[in-house]
Amino acid sequence: MTSDVRNVIIIGSGPAGWTAAIYAARANLEPLVFEGSVTAGGALMNTTEVENFPGFRDGIMGPDLMDNMRAQAERFGAQIITDDVSSVSLEGDVKTVIDGSGTEYSAHSIILAMGSAYRELGLPDEKRLSGHGVSWCATCDGFFFRDQDIAVVGGGDSAVEEATFLTKFARSVTIIHRRDELRASAVMAERALANEKITFAWNSAVDAIHGAEKVSGVTLRDTVTGETRELPVTGLFVAIGHDPRNELIKGVVELDSEGYVVTEGRSSRTNVPGVFACGDLVDHTYRQAITAAGSGCAAALDAQHFLAH
Amino acid sequence: MATVTTTNDANFEADVLKSDTITLVDFWAPWCGPCRAVAPVLEEIATEHADKLRVVKLNTDENPQVTGKLGITSIPTLHVYMGGEIVKTIIGARPKPVLLRELQPFLG
Repeated sequence: MTSDVRNVIIIGSGPAGWTAAIYAARANLEPLVFEGSVTAGGALMNTTEVENFPGFRDGIMGPDLMDNMRAQAERFGAQIITDDVSSVSLEGDVKTVIDGSGTEYSAHSIILAMGSAYRELGLPDEKRLSGHGVSWCATCDGFFFRDQDIAVVGGGDSAVEEATFLTKFARSVTIIHRRDELRASAVMAERALANEKITFAWNSAVDAIHGAEKVSGVTLRDTVTGETRELPVTGLFVAIGHDPRNELIKGVVELDSEGYVVTEGRSSRTNVPGVFACGDLVDHTYRQAITAAGSGCAAALDAQHFLAH
Repeated sequence: MATVTTTNDANFEADVLKSDTITLVDFWAPWCGPCRAVAPVLEEIATEHADKLRVVKLNTDENPQVTGKLGITSIPTLHVYMGGEIVKTIIGARPKPVLLRELQPFLG
């Protein structure tokens, strides 16, 4: 039934995408959601306990939260395709989306909720040693660093959460952070500061990663004095932030200088009529599961309003 | 016979190193989200290219010997073996079109 023109197609399956799907489905818009193949569920799939999502007073595991959201969207009739979108055509009244297997779908409106991808350090040996000590997924790889000395780069919630999680396995975890205080929320920062397995390399940036076959250490540069020192570690977990996943829409939808989708005022409307954006794709500032969910709701309501006029 | 089979520390040599067919080994663990995400993709590839490529899974939790010997520190890791040698390494989950592109030399 690929010739049908649908009301709305949602691209992405993090909190923004699923919330948009729940609202659109309950508005009888029969949304079609591309949840992605290997990235389905978004960033929260690689986290452990989510303690700040309202309504789960004892916390909930990230993947469980995403499964719940997915099931809730499905319950109200959202149609889900477990594939990636390979290209989109957004101009005109009927927009088309082509998936990973080449099938074309069309709709009168599109909600963009592709989220963000982890940022790399940009060091020459980072790629080479990826999978040989350099990792972006503590929940996947922490197990392999049992009783070893490792480091986490970053100072935000993700970095601190990962460092705390990694102390379950590692002998020691050094948090390498450019500044002299954490950006992470107070609860998480205090937990890390009190953890005796965690030490801090303040005002420090990673200048180089060493190791022939696998990581043997890193060179740290003091961001104040410029002095360098060696830190022997066998694992380096990179958690220095994310960049919006805008590859699909570059050159079509207006982006700002950092690559985030520009929306009109407090709405989710992009510069392309009928195209709405939400979640980490638009959010410079907050980037929380709950703010993403809120903006997904707004996008569905905006799309509903657009379709009614 | 299931398209995707499992191997372990004891049988790795027979199942993989001495295999006559090109063998893709999927190093995974149950607690790894991206491993679970990529598993169905690998099953599809195994089914669609059964004449060229075998896919075998190795649970890194249960098989520390092979895992340690190969220095696996990230999962999923995919190794392609030909004649007992690793000829391709893919680290991390990838969408099917990307995997097929990476595996093209062995599927052609």
